Amino acid sequence: MSGLSFDLIALQLFTGLALGAIYVLFAIGLSLIFGMLTVVNFAHGAFYMVGAYVGLFLLSLGGNFWLCLVAVPLIVGTSGLIVERFLIRPLYGRGIDYPLLLTFGLSYVMVELIRIAFGKSGYPFDTPEILQGAVNIGVGYFPLYRLFVIGIAAVVLLGLWLFLERTSFGLIIRAGARDPQIVRVLGVNVSRVWLFVFGIGSGIAGLAGLLAAPLQGVIPEMGATILAEAFVVTVVGGMGSIGGAVIAGLLVGVVVSMTSLFAPEMAKVSIFALMAIVLLIRPQGFFGRAGLMS
Amino acid sequence: MAKKTTGSNSISRRRLLTTASAGAVLAASPFRINLLQAQEATIKVGFPVPLTGPYGTEAQDQVRAAEVAIAEFNEGGGLNGRKAELLVRDDKLNPGEAATRTLELIEKEKVNFIVGSLSASVQLAVNNVTKERGIIYNSISQSDEINEIKDFSKYTFHEALTPHLTAGAVGRYAFPKFGKKVAFLTADYAYGHEMVRGFQAAGKTLGVETLADIRHPLGTTDFSALLPRIQALKPDILIINNFGRDQQIALKQATDFGMKKSMKLVAPILLYTGRLAAGAQAFEGVIGGTSYYWGIEDKVASAKAFNDRFRKMHGGKVPSDYGALGYAGVKTLLMGAKAAGTLDTDKVIAAVEALKYDYYKGPEYYRKCDHQAVQSVLIIESKSKPEKGESDVFNVVATEEPSEQNLRTCEALGHKS
Amino acid sequence: MNELSQTLTQPSVASAGWFDFAKRHRAILASIFVLVFPLVMPFTALAVNILIYGLFAVGFNLLFGYLGLLSFGHAALFGTGAYLCGIAIVHFGWSWYAAIVMGILGGAVMAAGIGALAIRTRGIYFAMVTMALSQCVFYLFYQAVDWTGGENGLRGINVRTIDILGLKLDFINPLTRYYVIAAFVILALFVLSRILASPFGAVIEAVRENEARARASGYDVTRTRLITFILSGAFCGLAGALMALHLSIVPIEILHIETSGMVVMMSLLGGMGTFFGPFVGAAVFLLLENLVSIWTVHWQLIVGAVFVVCVLFFPAGIWGTILKRINK
Repeated sequence: MSGLSFDLIALQLFTGLALGAIYVLFAIGLSLIFGMLTVVNFAHGAFYMVGAYVGLFLLSLGGNFWLCLVAVPLIVGTSGLIVERFLIRPLYGRGIDYPLLLTFGLSYVMVELIRIAFGKSGYPFDTPEILQGAVNIGVGYFPLYRLFVIGIAAVVLLGLWLFLERTSFGLIIRAGARDPQIVRVLGVNVSRVWLFVFGIGSGIAGLAGLLAAPLQGVIPEMGATILAEAFVVTVVGGMGSIGGAVIAGLLVGVVVSMTSLFAPEMAKVSIFALMAIVLLIRPQGFFGRAGLMS
Repeated sequence: MAKKTTGSNSISRRRLLTTASAGAVLAASPFRINLLQAQEATIKVGFPVPLTGPYGTEAQDQVRAAEVAIAEFNEGGGLNGRKAELLVRDDKLNPGEAATRTLELIEKEKVNFIVGSLSASVQLAVNNVTKERGIIYNSISQSDEINEIKDFSKYTFHEALTPHLTAGAVGRYAFPKFGKKVAFLTADYAYGHEMVRGFQAAGKTLGVETLADIRHPLGTTDFSALLPRIQALKPDILIINNFGRDQQIALKQATDFGMKKSMKLVAPILLYTGRLAAGAQAFEGVIGGTSYYWGIEDKVASAKAFNDRFRKMHGGKVPSDYGALGYAGVKTLLMGAKAAGTLDTDKVIAAVEALKYDYYKGPEYYRKCDHQAVQSVLIIESKSKPEKGESDVFNVVATEEPSEQNLRTCEALGHKS
Repeated sequence: MNELSQTLTQPSVASAGWFDFAKRHRAILASIFVLVFPLVMPFTALAVNILIYGLFAVGFNLLFGYLGLLSFGHAALFGTGAYLCGIAIVHFGWSWYAAIVMGILGGAVMAAGIGALAIRTRGIYFAMVTMALSQCVFYLFYQAVDWTGGENGLRGINVRTIDILGLKLDFINPLTRYYVIAAFVILALFVLSRILASPFGAVIEAVRENEARARASGYDVTRTRLITFILSGAFCGLAGALMALHLSIVPIEILHIETSGMVVMMSLLGGMGTFFGPFVGAAVFLLLENLVSIWTVHWQLIVGAVFVVCVLFFPAGIWGTILKRINK
């Protein structure tokens, strides 16, 4: 193979990390929600897509990208709160399949609503002026915006970690993920915790959608592809494990970019094959707890 | 978008009884279709296009343009007074749905012709259904396979360009101008492979060297993993052989990686609607081909007439490339029927084969062996900024005149010469 | 739907009598229904689609409704059946009945393969593994362009006449095509009802109700699951084969995740775990899609919303809810 050098592989690694950063942001929300609520959220891709469109809308109103970085997660997160409160909450205790099916139907509705509001064809989403262009990172030129995405993902992760580890609310969330019954016995209002976890998860998904928008443009179907890939991330990392989602997200990003380098036509299959292998060898994923699902 | 047919789901009792008795009595009768097709009935043109899904915008434009063709035909007195009507169906960009809808159009609506589709797989599905039932079908999206003996039938017409022709025309323009070292970034499916073959066939005589042909899966949203590799090869030209959204994302990311500075970006087809959706920045300076661009109206009289009529009927809009094909696809069959003076399938086929027409883009005709429309290919370059209104997005830099030489030969397609 | 259930719920003697009558003569009623069905549908090809997707959903329901395993990869079984039937005709020139057998076997063998890997996992993981494996199957067929036509799909499954016992039937004629396919679907439903009524059917139920107890009673739970999966594959394979014959093409989309999702929706809409529920679900889903898409391109909004309402308020599905009210 011509043109294959150390620099190229190193560059490809960075590309994989940027790709992985989006996966990570998407998957931690998915994983957080599953870990707490045992809800497999099929509408997560729709929240991601809505995030991009809300960003688009705010920009058209004259807002700037930095404002969007704050406003989008808040707006999408709020819509997540509404969904949890009125659609998902009635289903608790009815078996694990029901919320899954409900969010599956909900994603149809959300995508179609966006199509009605914004039309069927996509929109361009320009990279913010200051983040355009490429910088030399030692092994070659790399788009500045992708570095920025990696940075933002790191900041969000750090914030989430501090929130979960250092605040009392975070403590409740972690405890709730372990054993919701005990937490409830201790007098904590678990349903409110679940509400907020769903909101946080969807908010981060919206942020991921906003960050992905300058890379790919915006289109109503953009959530569907990443959802299937994010399932791979959560399953490989271990459903409900945030650390697992981070590591698996980056791993999947790197696997995709490396197979793209050596066998591009295998890039899509590779992650599903990876998932099948992990599941067969270690069904609970890297960091999942055994027996969670049985 | 309301359908152009009335009462398709309101089944009256009378109709139920008619169908029931007709079904019982004539279930095995080959005369059934003829019996129910009264002589005075309108000429029905079935029009399956993907109204929902990612190409909904293009599909709606195809419908608009087809309506122009129908209106013109009816104003011209129709076929001895018989008017034409368009029956639009949503094929959802899914061949299975398209086959079902085609069956509906043939079996229930008893359409005379079918025109439509916006993907290779869908047109092949529709074609398989129509050719089994002896219904004339005019395909208006690109494919090399539909002309091959395996899929072709005498009922099959292909008004759209073929990948071989488009890629060839773009290659013949680009290789002498921008350089001989070429890299391909190709969507890994028939359309992409056909485009690569078309470029390579055109490049063979010009001494073009292929540095790499990098394949990506259909529906890729991130090309960043592939682009550094292409950059390292230092090609003169990067040809991006994908379509629709894949193309928009690939061009955008290639722009972000600064690749336009060191190489020329070329795409076999630049979509008018795609360019509008993706914005000027990503497409700036990209060279590509198209079957039609409204801007040729300054030079081509038929284009001017078509655009004006389209503007009048559809609120000042201009037709897109794929939209215009909807016009031409419907128009040729109706004019063929008019020339034949009958709806008799074999006579219409003969009349359409004999057409020498200039309806919207200059002279065209259908090649006898594979019913491929022999037509011009426009080479266009995307502008950095629209100068004359929003729709002013491309410059036509060259026009390849119609010639059978640029098509795959009848023998290569498996037809007897 | 509400009206219908209301008329059915009136606890009058008349309706109970009606129900008893229906129960006693359900074979005759079902036959009359199947005979008249295409005439009351918007168009015959849709009626055929409903039959085929109905059978597909019934096959899926065997696993989901009767055994409690939610598979998100049933497109692989349906698609394999369709492709093998099509390939047998296009590439080997087999007769239509041999091709159907090929489709059934294809679905069963694919189910055995996927099942052997997936059956060890449970719950959400089972849904994910089946989804991932069916995605691999998708790429397998996608890449085998010479056999499957790849992205362009398999064309040329052109069967003009069906000959049964010396009788030559015109398969191009829409109603004839409907009745031929209906005959296969009815036969399959009959076989399935015999299986469910057999001792093996009782074992399936025992495994769903209480796995530990079934195991303690000496049943091989894993084997029961695998056999049920394979049976489900055979029915879905048959449905796929009929689809190939009906449309005369096999689109690659048949193997998409969306197809898997659709059959889940159909089963739940109709009522999982009931015999005819999935059939009702398929009919409602396809009719709704057809009717709504006549007046708006935003049919997914309505279909999605109906589905959400169904999950929230009619978890037993349409048919399940009707049955419940009647049996009250």
